Amino acid sequence: MTTRTGNGARVRIGVGAGMADDRVAPGVQLLQTSELDYLVCECLAERTIARETLNRRRSPELGYSPMLAERIRAFMPLCREKGVRLVSNMGAANPLGAARAARRHAAEAGVADLRCAAVIGDEVSDLLRSHPELQLMDARAPLESLLPRMASANAYLGADVVRDALATGAEAVLTGRVADPSLFLGVAMHHHGWSYDDLPMLAAGTMTGHLLECSVQVTGGYFADPGRKDVPRLAELAYPFADVGADGSIEIGKPAGSGGRLDRLTCTEQALYEIHDPARYITPDCVLDVTGLSFEELGPDRVRVRGPRAAPRTDTLKVVVGYADGWIGSGEVAYAGIHAVERARLAAELVQERFRLEGGKADEIQIDLIGMTALHGDTGRPQDRPEPYEVRLRVAARCPDRKSADLIGDHVRQLNMQGPYAAGGPVNLGPREVIAVDAVLIPRAWVKPEIVVVDKDAA
Amino acid sequence: MSTRVHDIAHARAGDKGNTSSVAVIAYDDAGYDRLRRHLTEARVMAAFAHLAKGPVARYEVPKLRALNFVIQQALAGGVTRSLRLDPHGKTMSSLMLTIELPED
Repeated sequence: MTTRTGNGARVRIGVGAGMADDRVAPGVQLLQTSELDYLVCECLAERTIARETLNRRRSPELGYSPMLAERIRAFMPLCREKGVRLVSNMGAANPLGAARAARRHAAEAGVADLRCAAVIGDEVSDLLRSHPELQLMDARAPLESLLPRMASANAYLGADVVRDALATGAEAVLTGRVADPSLFLGVAMHHHGWSYDDLPMLAAGTMTGHLLECSVQVTGGYFADPGRKDVPRLAELAYPFADVGADGSIEIGKPAGSGGRLDRLTCTEQALYEIHDPARYITPDCVLDVTGLSFEELGPDRVRVRGPRAAPRTDTLKVVVGYADGWIGSGEVAYAGIHAVERARLAAELVQERFRLEGGKADEIQIDLIGMTALHGDTGRPQDRPEPYEVRLRVAARCPDRKSADLIGDHVRQLNMQGPYAAGGPVNLGPREVIAVDAVLIPRAWVKPEIVVVDKDAA
Repeated sequence: MSTRVHDIAHARAGDKGNTSSVAVIAYDDAGYDRLRRHLTEARVMAAFAHLAKGPVARYEVPKLRALNFVIQQALAGGVTRSLRLDPHGKTMSSLMLTIELPED
């Protein structure tokens, strides 16, 4: 099926994770069954790095993905045995620390002397401090307004750093912030020798990455609608792989006979996932256009992808800025039977009043009636949201301090005695520190990534 | 009999910052034609008005029989600071599918 060497062949890239706490077993299944050349693990959500930056401040050797040890131990013995190279952004806020930890965990799992490459240089917080004039994309205000609270700033690097890290011969490449599809394009650029002048190839590699980066979201996850869109053996969802030809051809596959579903419908949903203008999806490597896309079902576990196009990359890189934004506290309690919703509403009022009387401070309080208005909101028209037999009240507050965030939950917790009759399962869900994110664009030339080969254990 | 979007299409929601994007994909050509004529930016904005400030932008992808809606200021400040039970707005797709379309 796949040839492991050289140009003219196709490279097979499998998925080992599509989020930080994704399942491990389907990655092992792919390694065992599917003749992979590379395994890519995408493990960084927008806010993950900010959180890991705080962890690294507390423990300087940490700051990488919390599941790194488990993934390295599960995957590296099979990778070594089968000659599969691992690429992942599990480095998070500490790619070098991640590479050292990966060597240690690999050795303990029987893989001696793992050759790692770490990609550093996505961290740009010092740079941003000297440019308070940059505009925040969400807040539509100058960066200056949140500089005092800034926790992290990481630029989305492109595929070139993955390509260059693989060129060192490393078996495992660990990065910080790299755009999700770039992890895959970088593999294809390295394997096939593609350059930034090959726009159709950049389109192919980026399209492949976009379809694969969320693991099961292309193989039947985030999809089932019983009776309308059924997914066979949903409990056994498999991870996808892609065969990417040197000519830019793309086929998406999953293990023969595995659980889940891979077809035109699942591919179409994922192709449009989180892109805004389908003719202009901006990545660090190119501007992808999916409007000419088509999917051909070649078999139950195989789809041919045609028609992605690309325009040259822009002159800017997006930087995700993490910043401290106070605390969120919340609590829940349930009511049932006659006047259940009225009792929940009374409880919500008294919790807010008691919170104020005791000096609690909140910038915003959210009242949800779970079972009625918590997800699709309250339109204000009673006919849109009929009263349910049972309802669970949720009260959440954004507070400037931890104490207030805990207080709001406490008042919900105490409703079994202190509120309307028949309050079920009251709970304080506890205060949580908020790391919010926004983004700025900076000139590409400001960012200077580096590749560090880690092939010795730290002294 | 009125038609809901769910009768003729499926959908997937995603998030970036405070923006929600919802792709609506028709099962067949007739459904796509109907979506294109009736699932307008104004109709979507009206269905999301109590959750999102907007504006709503609609992109057409006829080869995939899909409309891609980008709804600004839709996520109560974004995943990380929203107080909502569903901070990602993953359930926005199922709200989109409840929208009723007028008869032809």
